[in-house]
Amino acid sequence: MTASLFGWGGLQIAVYLVVLLACVVPLGTFMARVFQGERNLLTPVISPLERLVYAAIGTDADKDMSFRDYAMAVIVFSGASFALLFLMLVGQGLLPFNPQGLPGLTPDLAFNTAVSFVTNTNWQSYAGESTLSYFSQMAGLTVQNFLSAGVGMAVLVAMVRGMTRRKATGIGNFWVDLTRAVLYVLLPLSLLFAFVLGPMGVVQTFAAYVDAHTLEGAKQTIALGPVASQEAIKMLGTNGGGFFNTNSAHPFENPTPFSNFLECLAILLIPAALCHSFGVMVKDRRQGLALIAAMTVVFVPLVLFAASAEQAGNPHLNALGIDQVASTVQPGGNMEGKEVRFGIANSALWAAATTAASNGSVNSMHDSYTPLGGFVPMLLMKFGEVIYGGVGSGLYGMLVFVIVTVFIAGLMVGRTPEYLGKKIQSFEMKMASIAILAPCAVVLIGTAIAVATDSGRAGILNPGAQGFSEVLYAFTSAGNNNGSAFAGLSANTPFYNVALGLCMLIGRYMVLIPALAIGASLAAKNTTPASAGTLPTHTPLFVAVLIGVIILVGVLTYAPSLALGPVIEHFVMIGG
Amino acid sequence: MTLTSQLRASAAALTLFTLLLGGAYPAITTIGLQTLSPAAAGGNLVTGGNGEIVGSRLLGQTFTAPRYLWGRPSATGSSPYDASASSGSNLGVNNPTLIDAVKARVAALKAADPGNTASVPVDLVTASASGLDPDISPAAADYQVGRIAKARGLDEAQVRTAIASATSGRTLGLFGDPRVNVLAANMALDKLGQ
Repeated sequence: MTASLFGWGGLQIAVYLVVLLACVVPLGTFMARVFQGERNLLTPVISPLERLVYAAIGTDADKDMSFRDYAMAVIVFSGASFALLFLMLVGQGLLPFNPQGLPGLTPDLAFNTAVSFVTNTNWQSYAGESTLSYFSQMAGLTVQNFLSAGVGMAVLVAMVRGMTRRKATGIGNFWVDLTRAVLYVLLPLSLLFAFVLGPMGVVQTFAAYVDAHTLEGAKQTIALGPVASQEAIKMLGTNGGGFFNTNSAHPFENPTPFSNFLECLAILLIPAALCHSFGVMVKDRRQGLALIAAMTVVFVPLVLFAASAEQAGNPHLNALGIDQVASTVQPGGNMEGKEVRFGIANSALWAAATTAASNGSVNSMHDSYTPLGGFVPMLLMKFGEVIYGGVGSGLYGMLVFVIVTVFIAGLMVGRTPEYLGKKIQSFEMKMASIAILAPCAVVLIGTAIAVATDSGRAGILNPGAQGFSEVLYAFTSAGNNNGSAFAGLSANTPFYNVALGLCMLIGRYMVLIPALAIGASLAAKNTTPASAGTLPTHTPLFVAVLIGVIILVGVLTYAPSLALGPVIEHFVMIGG
Repeated sequence: MTLTSQLRASAAALTLFTLLLGGAYPAITTIGLQTLSPAAAGGNLVTGGNGEIVGSRLLGQTFTAPRYLWGRPSATGSSPYDASASSGSNLGVNNPTLIDAVKARVAALKAADPGNTASVPVDLVTASASGLDPDISPAAADYQVGRIAKARGLDEAQVRTAIASATSGRTLGLFGDPRVNVLAANMALDKLGQ
């Protein structure tokens, strides 16, 4: 076990981290330039298109919005996005690019899917290849993959902008921030990535499904579609909703170990780089570095923990004369629900990355993980999707935790809490409390309702504690806008479609609006210069306290529910 | 700003972005990839001797005859290796259904090759994530060499050569795990005869 984990597996994880962190500064600098409206590499190509968009929307790019206008623009735009996507999905049967003649979705499934993609959750109640037409995938899901990620980045930028302004009422223009996020960052990266993934074997066609006649003479219908274009933004925009039911475990979404490496890299790329953009925008790069350090310090041990739990395998199988020991000729370990080309290390790394970020794509089936292996993705979501987190949303969530940490640290040492020269007062703390507690509340209340009702329990696949974990995982995923699942749960029922849809809405907007309000409140304040009494927020000590606060909130809130799920399941497993 | 003006701006933005991101972007990607790498864009379809499509190099298919290399168990749709309804089993480690299924798979392997006393590589008796895993581990292929050689009346060395032709190592010596493409190995075996 150790040989593999700290040999090939450990090496792959190390290379992943090195490449990821190497991308942070160049991409982070580029994004900061984009969001500050400075000239950048793509300005000559993109700026004519950018001006066209502003003209069509009818916005004056130089005109700032107040908190109220910005928040209203986010809500109205998201509402309109939901309405359009819902209608597309319900009316799918009447729309073009539907070679398999798939019918419209039921209203509850369309509601769930539309909410899911507009909130950047991308929970899969649908099964891509047997539910959605090419039109729905392209004009519906792909578009919202871009826009929901763009909204997250816009809100982050507005919040950070607020921190840098003095006695200002405006926090920027939503349409400008959204347009820049999409045109300068998401679209060029996706286009590039789609053209890298395509030749590796990610399919891209409008042709109908193909019938093959197998070597043994059976008929095999092969689902196809415009996958590469969707796959690229699905990974880069921390969306994670698969073209196919099995997401990035499907060979047409993720054909090779190298495509897997790049897709896994894409999960954390923008969220990690945005920390550096933040540092650049607040004119103190150490602040961004501190946040990325906090994220990485939480992330790495959990990756290794998950990988070692999975590599240890399923003890029940040892008694059956099965070899689970890793060697040069087999991955070994718990291979139920995993692909041979990815083995154990790349599956566990992905499981951790996809739940650290609010991506939610999978390249292995989390429900079949060992209890402790499955504990890791669940825990990472329960930290509130701030360990890298979603595109934009992860960092604004992290900044909310920073506000709380500054406040607690200020209380401990008897200093006025300040962050970046701004006094942190009761309004900011109220908003931070709402942003942290709202997802926790919907996760726990939702889980309680589901396990207490017949319609909730009806969806459970696995017996015992694992069945409870399936429900807990679903609400954790929805409430924190992740989108991955313990997929044994049959979630395409009116109960789960509606309940999880509501959790996604609360989990998105009850964090987004308070974050924006904090930014606006800080913008209105004067900036006080740092003095000997100022608590520095870029030191290892502050990073340690920040990590402590995140873990404390997560563990105190969820310890009982985790004990009832993965912890019991673990003791059942080792008890035989 | 009024609600009406926000609604109008939202409608304009959605229209424009849907055309750009849902229309132009996938269209450009499709045209580009169909030109640059048409085989990959079309699913890496594999054709047999008389030109008919026998499957995709990237997708597994069902093999049950002793003369073929068997792939991994599959939990897709209504039957194994249904490439229009991908699915894992989602069975938990403690689920008796999983343990019973694995027992039955071990028994089936032993029944097909009674003399084989080697321990069974885990990937050969556990369902893949997609249900369409095209690969098995080299160990899982090696486990089946004796059975295939006997069924085809070939030397084990010949079977091993066919399997080796379908084996890939780690990409760039680093990424992923070594693996044997089951369909490619079986097509190589069919070329050998029997």
